[in-house]
Amino acid sequence: MNSSVNNLEELAAGAVRLARELGATDAECTVSAGDEFTTNVRMGQVESLKESGSRGAGVRVLKGRRTGSSYTSDLSGEDVRRMVQAALDLASITSEDPHAGLPEPEELGRIDADLKLYNDDIASIEAARKIELARETERAALDFDPRITNSEGASFDSYTGQRVFANSRGFLGSFRGSQCSLSTVPVASQDNTMERDYWYSAARSLAALEKPVDIGRIAAGRVLRRLGARKVPTQKAAVVFEPRTARTLIEHIFEAVHGEAIYQQASFLAGKLDCRIASECLTVIDDGTLPGLFGSAPFDDEGVLTRRTPVIERGVLKSYLLNTYTARKLGLKTTGNASRGLAGNAGISHTNLFAGAGPLPPAEIVKNVRRGLFVTELIGFGVNIVTGDYSRGAAGIWIENGEFAYPVSEVTIAGNLGGMFTSIEAIGNDLEFRGSTAAPTILIGEMTISGS
Amino acid sequence: MGFENSFFARRYGITGRDLDQYLSEALARGADYADLYFEYVATSHISLDESIIKGATEGVSLGVGVRVVSGERTGYAYTDDLVPEKIREAARVAACIADAPAKVEKVGLQPVAAHKLYEVALAPTETSFKERAALVERADKAARAFDPRIFQVQATYADSLRHVMVASSDGALSVDRQPLARLSVTALARAGSGAPQRGYAGGGGRLPLDTFLTDKTPERYAREAARQAIVQLDAVEAPAGETTVVLGPGWPGILLHEAVGHGLEADFNRKGVSAFSGRIGEQVASPLCTVVDDGTIPSRRGSLNVDDEGAPTTRTVLIEKGILRGYLQDKLSSRIMGAKPTGNGRREGYQHIPMPRMTNTFLLAGESDPEEVIRSVARGVYCATFGGGQVDITNGSFVFSASESYLIEDGHITRPVRDATLIGNGPEAMRHVSMVANDLALDEGMGTCGKEGQSVPVGVGLPTIRIDCMTVGGTK
Repeated sequence: MNSSVNNLEELAAGAVRLARELGATDAECTVSAGDEFTTNVRMGQVESLKESGSRGAGVRVLKGRRTGSSYTSDLSGEDVRRMVQAALDLASITSEDPHAGLPEPEELGRIDADLKLYNDDIASIEAARKIELARETERAALDFDPRITNSEGASFDSYTGQRVFANSRGFLGSFRGSQCSLSTVPVASQDNTMERDYWYSAARSLAALEKPVDIGRIAAGRVLRRLGARKVPTQKAAVVFEPRTARTLIEHIFEAVHGEAIYQQASFLAGKLDCRIASECLTVIDDGTLPGLFGSAPFDDEGVLTRRTPVIERGVLKSYLLNTYTARKLGLKTTGNASRGLAGNAGISHTNLFAGAGPLPPAEIVKNVRRGLFVTELIGFGVNIVTGDYSRGAAGIWIENGEFAYPVSEVTIAGNLGGMFTSIEAIGNDLEFRGSTAAPTILIGEMTISGS
Repeated sequence: MGFENSFFARRYGITGRDLDQYLSEALARGADYADLYFEYVATSHISLDESIIKGATEGVSLGVGVRVVSGERTGYAYTDDLVPEKIREAARVAACIADAPAKVEKVGLQPVAAHKLYEVALAPTETSFKERAALVERADKAARAFDPRIFQVQATYADSLRHVMVASSDGALSVDRQPLARLSVTALARAGSGAPQRGYAGGGGRLPLDTFLTDKTPERYAREAARQAIVQLDAVEAPAGETTVVLGPGWPGILLHEAVGHGLEADFNRKGVSAFSGRIGEQVASPLCTVVDDGTIPSRRGSLNVDDEGAPTTRTVLIEKGILRGYLQDKLSSRIMGAKPTGNGRREGYQHIPMPRMTNTFLLAGESDPEEVIRSVARGVYCATFGGGQVDITNGSFVFSASESYLIEDGHITRPVRDATLIGNGPEAMRHVSMVANDLALDEGMGTCGKEGQSVPVGVGLPTIRIDCMTVGGTK
């Protein structure tokens, strides 16, 4: 494994050197290699099994203030040379961009502490055991209740890989990562209608996965409580987002503080730095330094040190999320959020972006709602970050006088993100990380619910 | 195109004997079926922002996927290296799904007769970058010239040229060369110090680059994006609740993709998890509705000469005059269900297992005059353009997001309304279709469909239709 990492580092450094030799002012190279395993078990039988690995490399070159990029999945010497030349050729058709360039030298760096991104136990486990984990998970869901009559199966997925980055300012870094997940999708039926739901656990080590029987039972409980769902009349009412759906609100905050959307004025939060944009109970942090979490990394995709960035503090917008380019455009400093696949100009991604936990247990939050919707599922893409207009399909449970009354489906919830964030009335104490965004239960005082 | 002259034979020296050997290896543990999917994709991407070309990227990805099917079980492995030992290793890994004595002796590969839907001699990917870069610059100029209130424009041009070869143990050998290109424009408009509004338009298909100079021009999409952004400046709050909805022609056909199409993919129905499962022959839409999936329309984004299992694509009637007629099949599902394959087995690339997917899905034209459809509505919403949509195939709930829509008041289109999601239930919403106009249009060629993590290009189409009752997710 070590020798292969070294080979990939040499490849990245070599591509950068070659680009300089062929006339690039500056160059950066990303190399990635990984192995995936996935198996799906349905109704107790193995449905599919996939196991393979792949590699790829990409370069971005600068000729003065013009950039060009290319990538290849073929890492033989000749193809790497072709890739570098292609990027250089492309730099002649792009425009002079005064803000284009590599990060300032003092921004380059990496976290030296062990971020616990890689664990050996994922690569070493036998396929038969992975299949068995999926089978146990599905069985737990199917055995939970006779109304669970069918299943889309259970999956075990894992990935182990390395990522290498080099640039012509002397940065050369690499790290390994691993992750695995176990999930199941049971189907329940009653009175000629069917519902499905899912639950999952994901971790960077096998040992940290939740127990199959727990995942299966939670999935089963979730699908059962959807049976018999109905529409509610159109009205304005409170909306409670449970953690699985509250997370999506944090993703919208990410889109709205994304450096590109900010300088293009394509976000309703553009120009709102240091303004109150949310209720005082909302604090949102981006932190790429948390050990073992999914969004952590020692450096970003430009070789800039990752860090902890408070985005919203007690309702006040404190920072956008930026890479080098957008920071220069805005006269700010990069926040270490550069992101890219293999090639191209760096984009932006969050690291671990989450809303800080509040004081209340979720049950208390629900108890204080007189009338409203507890949202367990959202579908569709009805969010406009330019205006903040929000309108999405929703399903969940109706709350009447602080109690769960009946399941609801086929309604929409609508509002404007600006107004929704300022009318957050409570945040739960139930923060947990199941991905690189996370949020506790969030109560919004009023939204428009469209139904019958 | 014969195999000997095919891309993989010429460039990588793959022979018919190699293919036979790999397939034998894949079947060595006694599987029912195996196939090899060779793929070479070259892509290009050019992006313009703030009137300058900020990025240009090209790249190549190459690999082969080996699939082995035993009963209902699928084993899959791939390699990004085409040397024989790597492909054989992938075949051995995939073969582990089966556990029985080898059955098939020799495959005897025969070329498949494929359609010729996109005979583009020089694919856009093979043209000069300068010519393609000029497209985004023209789009920028045209959008800004449309109206002084346009203050931001982004234009993106992207293309790909995919060479595929599928060799399967049922004897079929297919090769295809699949060009694809698209141009898209985003424009932001602002009046005075007011809030900005966005417009988005674009188009493409399996076309030569010339099409962007003659028909699908940068100016056309730039003006359309700018127009939408300007319209939105005057938008009022969208209504909330159930109302009558009129969908305009073209891209609003995403209704069919979400409300009907996904629920009719055979894998979901074979497993009995779709709201349409077991309902063939039942009335699931108004008698005005005939819904078709057609992968054989020349030059369309969703069309394919052969699907990603090497089977020629077809035209499949899904709903005929309101009656559910058929499902979209791939090889695995059609074998298990004892149904005819429909050429809808698709995959994102060599790293992915194929599954039933849509191609171009649309509603056939009716007899009403589009004007008459609008005039028939006393109060309602007219939707001209949509963003994306999504469906829960099990309970049938589907949504799609209107990005340009208007109030209908007393039979007239009046004020534009802000973005809103429309929600309905597939098998129910289609019963509320009460008028179908004669103006069927297919979309401009921008659609991408996601399923289980795999994206594939698709098309949709619709004539103007009236739906008597849908829930509109506005705020008023």
